Amino acid sequence: MTIPFSYILRNVASRRLTTALTAGGMALVVYVFATVLMLAAGLEQTLVATGQDDNVVVIRRAAQTEIQSGVDRRQAGIVESLADIAVGGDGQKLISKEPVVLINLPKRNSNKPSNVVIRGVTPTGLVLRPQVRLVDGRMFRPGTAEVIAGRAIASGFQGAGVGETLRFASRDWTVVGVFDAGRTGFDSEIWGDAEQMLQAFRRLGFSALIFRLADTGRFDAVKSEIESDPRLTLEAKRETRFYADQSELLSKFISYLGTTISVIFSIGAVIGAMITMYASVASRTAEIGTLRALGFPRTAILTAFLVEALVLGLIGGVVGLLAASFMQAISISTTNFQTFAELAFSFTLTPRIVAASLAFALAMGFVGGFLPAARAARMKIVDALRAA
Amino acid sequence: MFLPLLVVKNAFRHKLRTVLTLAGIVVAITAFGLLRTIVDAWYAGANASSSARLVTRSSVSLVFPLPLTYAPKIRQVEGVRSVSWASWFGGVYVSERNFFPQFAIDAPTYLDMYPEFVLSPAERKAFLTDRKGAVVGRKLAEQYGWKVGDQIPLRGTIYTGTWTFNLRGIYDGAEKGTDQSTMYFHWDLLNETVKKLYPRRGDQTGVFVVQLRDPAQAAEVSAAIDSMFRNSLAETLTETEKAFQLSFVAMTETILLAIQAVSFVVILIIMAVMANTMAMTVRERGSEYATLKALGFSDGFVGGLIFAESIGIALLGGLAGIALTVPIANAFREQMGTLFPIFFVSDETMLMQTGAAALVGVVAAAFPAWRTARLRIIDGLRAVA
Repeated sequence: MTIPFSYILRNVASRRLTTALTAGGMALVVYVFATVLMLAAGLEQTLVATGQDDNVVVIRRAAQTEIQSGVDRRQAGIVESLADIAVGGDGQKLISKEPVVLINLPKRNSNKPSNVVIRGVTPTGLVLRPQVRLVDGRMFRPGTAEVIAGRAIASGFQGAGVGETLRFASRDWTVVGVFDAGRTGFDSEIWGDAEQMLQAFRRLGFSALIFRLADTGRFDAVKSEIESDPRLTLEAKRETRFYADQSELLSKFISYLGTTISVIFSIGAVIGAMITMYASVASRTAEIGTLRALGFPRTAILTAFLVEALVLGLIGGVVGLLAASFMQAISISTTNFQTFAELAFSFTLTPRIVAASLAFALAMGFVGGFLPAARAARMKIVDALRAA
Repeated sequence: MFLPLLVVKNAFRHKLRTVLTLAGIVVAITAFGLLRTIVDAWYAGANASSSARLVTRSSVSLVFPLPLTYAPKIRQVEGVRSVSWASWFGGVYVSERNFFPQFAIDAPTYLDMYPEFVLSPAERKAFLTDRKGAVVGRKLAEQYGWKVGDQIPLRGTIYTGTWTFNLRGIYDGAEKGTDQSTMYFHWDLLNETVKKLYPRRGDQTGVFVVQLRDPAQAAEVSAAIDSMFRNSLAETLTETEKAFQLSFVAMTETILLAIQAVSFVVILIIMAVMANTMAMTVRERGSEYATLKALGFSDGFVGGLIFAESIGIALLGGLAGIALTVPIANAFREQMGTLFPIFFVSDETMLMQTGAAALVGVVAAAFPAWRTARLRIIDGLRAVA
C-alpha cells in the first residue's frame, strides 16, 4: 500500500515560499555545476572539431605545441617526399608548411593585451581545412602584406576587423577578410601568406607541417617512418589528437575546480532541504499518525517523504538547468595555458551534462530528505496521534 | 538584560534547525573566503613585484627574443642602476604534470637585483661557481624532496634534449608574498648550448630586467629605452614589473571573473537557506508576536527581535566560517604545492566574509519582519502554529 503521488505533490505546493527558497538554493548549485561542465565541454569540442582525422601534424619532438616547435627546410623536404601523402586535384602533394607565431594584441573592450596566433598558410593549407570559409571581405593575395582574421579575433581584438591594419614584425598588415572556421580553434587565429610571414619574422624554418594521408589507415606506418628516420627530429600526430591534447589541461582545470566548488556548495543546499523536510515532518506529525493508523506501513511513510524531497530536488535541477541552458548564447575568450594563446569557445550543453545535473539535483534531494523521512517513519502511532 | 536573553532563547528553540542553518552558513562563508583567496593568489605575483624594477621584452610578443647587445645600451640610459636578463626555459621534470617555472638568468646581476630571494653566502658562491648549477625555492624543493647536491634532469620543450642541473642552493622568501617555487640556472650554459645547436639563435634573451635608481622615474626610463630601439629589428616594450605580471593575469581574466561570480552565488544559496529558516521560524511564532503586540510593544520592536535573531545566527556562523578558512587555506596550500605558490587569507577577505554574513542575516529577516509588522493582532492570536 503506497501513499498517492498527488498527496506528495500537494504537500510540496502547500508552502510556496519555503518550497521556492529550498528549490531555489538547489537550482543555484545545479546552475553552477552545469555551467562549469558546459564550459569544459565547449572547450573540448572546439579543439576536437579543429582537427581532421585524416590530417597529420608534424612538429619537433617534445615540442607539444606549434609555437615551441621548429622544422627546418631540409627536414620539411624529407617529410614532403613521403609516399603516403595525398595528392590534390592539381597534382601537388597536399602538404602545408606553416610558420606559427604569437603576437600581442590589445582586446577591443578592455584594451588589455593578449597573445594571438599568427599562422602563415599556403593555398594547400586552405584545402586541408575545408571547414574554413570567408564570411567577409576577400582572400589575402600571396606575396603581399595582407592577412585574414578569424571571426573571434576580428570581433575581439583592436585593428583586426576588415579594412583595419595591424602592426607587427615592423610592418603594417591590412586585414582584407574575415573567416569563419565553424567554431573551431582557427576562429582565434590570424592567417597570412607563409613566405611573407617567414621573411617578416626572420625565420629560416617552419613551425609545423600539416599533410593529408592518402589512406587514413596508414597513419601508424607513416608515424613510425617519420619518427624512426635518423635525419628527422620530428614527431607526428593525427590532427584530431593534436588539438584534443591541447584542451586537456585547461578543461581538466575547469571541470575539477567546478566540480569541487559545486560539491561544497551542495552542502548548503542539502542543509536547506533538510531543514525544510524536518519542518514538513514536524508540522504533519498528526497526519503521519493518522496514515499509520489507517494501515500505511513505515516504508510507505519513508517513501512518501523521500519522494517529496526528490521532487524538491527535481524542481531545483530543472530550474537550474533551464537557467544554465541560456548560457549557450555566450562565447568566452581566454588564454589556453598550454598554447599560451587566445582561444574562443562557448558553453555547450550535452545530453551527458543534462543527465549529470539532474542526477546531482536528485542526489541532493535524497541526501537532504533521508534523515527527516527516517524520523517520520520511526514515529510511534500513539505518540504521533497524541501530538495533534 | 531581558532582551538579549529572549533573542538567544528564541534562536535556539529549534536546536536542530539552528544548528543545521549554522552549519550551512559556516560552509558557505568558508567557501566564499577560499574562492576569494584563490583569486588573490592569482594576483600575488603582481603584488609581490618591486616598483623599482622594469621589464623589457620584445614588443611583438614574449615568444620573440631580444639580442644581448641591448644590455650595455640599456645600462647607459639615465636613471638605470643595473641591468640583468632572463630567459624562459620551459623544461619538463619527469612528466608534464610537474609544472614549475624555470628561468635561465645572468646570475650575478640577477641575484643582486632580487634581494627578496634569500640564499646563504656559501650556497650563493657554490651556485655562481658551478656552470651547471641551479637554485630552487624552498617550496619547490620540499615538493619534490630535493636536497642541495641533487641532480635535476629537465626535458627541454623549447631547447631540445635532456638538461641536467646540479642543485647548489635553496632560497627562502624574504616576505610572505615572495614566490618560492621557481628554478633558476645560468643563462651562459643555455647560450653556449644554443650556439652549438642553432648558431643563429645564440646571444639572445627573453627579457631584460632593469633596476631603477628612483622608482618615480619608471615612466621616463621606460620611454627612453623603447625609443632607443624603435624601428630596429627587435623593438622593445618596457613596463614596470607589476604591469608585466598583470599582463599574465589579464590573459586568464575570464576565468577569474567566473570564480568571482561563483563566489557570490554561494552567498545567494545560503541566503535562500537562511531566509527559509527565518520564514518558518516566524510563521510558527505568529501568535507570540501577536501577543507581544497586544501587550503594547511596537511593530518596530517585534521587527527588531526578528532582525537580531537572524543577524545573530548569521554572524555566529560567519565568524566560525572565518576561523575555519585559515586552516583550510593552509592545508590547501600544502596540497597544491607549487600551483599556487602564494596562498594566504587576506584581511580584506575576512572583512568581506563578515560583511557577507551580516548581509545574509539582514536579507533573511527582511521579509518575515515586514510580514510580522503588518500582521493584525487578531489574525496572529487566532493562528495555530
